[in-house]
Amino acid sequence: MTRLKLKKQLETPHVVSYILKAPSHINHHTKMKLTNLIALLSLATAVYAAPQSFDFKDPKGVNNAVFKLDAPLESINGSASGISGTVSFDPENPAATTGKIVVVAESLTVPNPMQNGHMHSDKWLDVAKYPEITFEAKSLKNVKTEGDVTTADVTGTFTLHGVGKEITAPVKLTYLKNKLSDRVPSLKGDLLVIRANFVINRNDFNIQKGQFEDKVADNIDLSLSIAGASAK
Amino acid sequence: MKRILQLLAVLVLLAAGTTWLATGANRGWTKTSRPNGTVDEVTGIMDQTPVNCFVAGVDFLGAAALTSGILAGASFFFRNKKQNQP
Repeated sequence: MTRLKLKKQLETPHVVSYILKAPSHINHHTKMKLTNLIALLSLATAVYAAPQSFDFKDPKGVNNAVFKLDAPLESINGSASGISGTVSFDPENPAATTGKIVVVAESLTVPNPMQNGHMHSDKWLDVAKYPEITFEAKSLKNVKTEGDVTTADVTGTFTLHGVGKEITAPVKLTYLKNKLSDRVPSLKGDLLVIRANFVINRNDFNIQKGQFEDKVADNIDLSLSIAGASAK
Repeated sequence: MKRILQLLAVLVLLAAGTTWLATGANRGWTKTSRPNGTVDEVTGIMDQTPVNCFVAGVDFLGAAALTSGILAGASFFFRNKKQNQP
């Protein structure tokens, strides 16, 4: 392979040029060996490091968000299952993760039917007018990766009841390579499990702002446990 | 009629109390669903899908007490039957 052909094909001109211009005591044969080795490493890294798109619409319906808020008689505990969205994740560069998770507001449910009706009504979440709750991740900071697990602080826009607010929350990303077939036997690919816990204040989202503070707490604990699939 | 209404009032209270005790003597609100609770073995995520159930709460007891009170109160609008004199 000639010098020019190799440079064009590898698209790593700086590294290749440096080697080809190396001192003359390094013979031509050695220089070509080094160049080919770097070419192979570059190709391998390029294939492995490509960001993957993970789809969070769970065919098993297990993805959920859990919420909890205090009330005088007992705390109100509920969950939401209508979760979808897409996250772009690169196992070699987790800090570059971005994406958007969507929760269908009507899928929020609490065990008491009367409370459930109130929660969905126009006096509280108004699910008819604001059918979606979303979180759009913009950036990750304090990224730490150990094996397949990455922890970080994710910053993004959380939109609830028609109001968007920037929040930062701790998040844990677990990359499960080649595990999609364990969940869905007909598919091959990878899984990404995202877990996040954070607190929001309903007043920030105009949900009965300043009202019923003796009956329903302002702070709502949210916990997200979702798995996305990237099929190959 | 008086006796019937009073008896019904007692039965409603007894039935509600028994139901409340049998479903766990829950001191919170009545619940008609609970989370599935099974754990996905691949991802470790606990399934929160609601499963139908019935757990009587204090609102259930309160509704039963109110019904019982209405029945007992209504019984006072009826006179006792006069017993035949020997």
